[in-house]
Amino acid sequence: MTDKEPMKVLEIGGVCYETLYTTKFANRRKYVQADPGRLSCVIPGIIQKVLVSPGAKVVKGEPLLVLEAMKMQNDICAPCDGRVKSVYAEAGKMVTKGELLLDLECTPSACG
Amino acid sequence: MSTNKQLEFVKRSRRALRGGGEKAIEKQIAMGKLTARDRINALLDVHSFHEYDLFVEHRCRDFDMDKKVLPGDGVITGTGTISGHPVAIYAQDFTVAGGSLGLMHARKITKIMDHAIKLGIPIIGINDSGGARIQEGVDSLAGYGEIFYRNTVASGIVPQISVILGPCAGGAVYSPALTDFVFVVDRISKMFITGPEVIRTVLGEEITMEDLGGARVHSEISGNAHFFARNELECFHQIKKLMTFIPWNNTRRAEPVAPALPKPRYVIEQVVPSEPTRPYDIREVIRAVCDNSDFFEVQQHFAANVVIGFARLSGETVGVIGNQPLVLAGVLDVDSSDKAARFIRFCDAFNIPLVTLVDIPGYLPGVDQEHSGVIRHGAKILYAYSEATVPKITLILRKAYGGGYIAMCSRHLSADFVFAWPTAEIAVMGPEGAANIIFRDEITSSPDPAATRRKIVAEYTEKFANPYVAAAAGHVDAVVAPGETRKFLIHALQISASKTERRPEKKHGIPPF
Repeated sequence: MTDKEPMKVLEIGGVCYETLYTTKFANRRKYVQADPGRLSCVIPGIIQKVLVSPGAKVVKGEPLLVLEAMKMQNDICAPCDGRVKSVYAEAGKMVTKGELLLDLECTPSACG
Repeated sequence: MSTNKQLEFVKRSRRALRGGGEKAIEKQIAMGKLTARDRINALLDVHSFHEYDLFVEHRCRDFDMDKKVLPGDGVITGTGTISGHPVAIYAQDFTVAGGSLGLMHARKITKIMDHAIKLGIPIIGINDSGGARIQEGVDSLAGYGEIFYRNTVASGIVPQISVILGPCAGGAVYSPALTDFVFVVDRISKMFITGPEVIRTVLGEEITMEDLGGARVHSEISGNAHFFARNELECFHQIKKLMTFIPWNNTRRAEPVAPALPKPRYVIEQVVPSEPTRPYDIREVIRAVCDNSDFFEVQQHFAANVVIGFARLSGETVGVIGNQPLVLAGVLDVDSSDKAARFIRFCDAFNIPLVTLVDIPGYLPGVDQEHSGVIRHGAKILYAYSEATVPKITLILRKAYGGGYIAMCSRHLSADFVFAWPTAEIAVMGPEGAANIIFRDEITSSPDPAATRRKIVAEYTEKFANPYVAAAAGHVDAVVAPGETRKFLIHALQISASKTERRPEKKHGIPPF
């Protein structure tokens, strides 16, 4: 064949095939399991208020930040009981999708 | 005719034909674009264009619009021919108020669309518009909606072609998205729902218009476009070529041309390596069997792991779908399933027989695929093949494993003819995978697992990695030497020329959109 591009390898069903990748496939992101304590921004916007500071004890459902996005005020709430480790969000600052806003140390629940 | 009437006619025609005037035309040309009227004339047969509704005027009275004259209301409509085929056509005129869409502009488009549907002729829309005419408010939204409705009514009745030769933004993009083939031109076509400006101010994401919705993006990443050209003339050439492969409407067949032998670059036996893990370009196989080796590929740059396009066998148009081992080993995934399914449905709607070339290791594994819905997207290809009643001819070249085997127009999805080369391997999975599962205990408990595995894989390959197990069950109709491929395909095509297949009546199916 005339294609000069070097071949890559793709494994399917235990067999290794020589082939080229599509741009989309080459750029795909590796899946990482979500850490419930790491709060990342799901929608770009502006941080309106920061309601907690590092060291604060919080309960599940408690508002931690207020994010204005798409003309809506969104309360960002604690996903678990725990303690605030660090706050990266700053009031008045613009945040983009995926940006880390806050680190929370979740208290293990009684049921383990 | 009295001289006065004659003069009045010439004066009015001239004024309307001038479009947005010299300055605006100069600007259009400076952007590397042709004017709307020049585009129509470049695309249609010489002197074949007949224009209607040249004197249509807008009726907006707000915002001083009553003082504004918009020649033709920013769109040119009419009928003509391409290589003798009749077509209805409209072209938005960017020089007139930025080609903005008002109610009368939209009414001109819907009128020519209604004509096309009634006359049973293809409709070509050239899009070059800044979007809705804001001054006309909700009337312009009504205009868009009336176009979308007709795109849907016309779908599967007459071929619909969209040509994006300028901006096509916001709601306007949904007319092309509803049509059968979208043509784009590098650095001229721009398609998006939300522009870079809004994305920056609202979302804080920086992106250029070209990277967001340029021709390359839609040809390679989003899959919204079917044909990519470097300039407008190349684009028109592509449209003219497409028209030769497709019929005028769903009651006709594509016009046959004189049969011609292939002129391949490679001999068919030499294209496909016997080792099933080695890649090759499936398009060379298509070129080795089709007339003149002329394969007109659709969506060449999108989901290249499946190849689709038109070719001719003994002068008759066929739609070809093939796994492409050169890219991602030829797997089916979300994008390639969408791509193939839509093409199959187009061919079925317009009486174009389907030729499927199979060399597939299976579906693409991965979290991103599962989470993107490879189940429901993959189901589309099963649906499209099962639903199709045109002649369906399948040829298995090498691998046909598992779900991929079923999906690629197997006998079980009602293929009319299933052929296989002697190199075909029709099985639940590749020999390595199967041996590892079936003989797991035997392998792990042996003193030399690696040697045992090799021996078992060799035995399994010998016994099952061939077309004869499937042929013994009647799932394959004939095992065909590669050199005989063209002969078998042409015979199958000719013998099924008057195929009829009735299904239980229904309003419509519910494909896994």
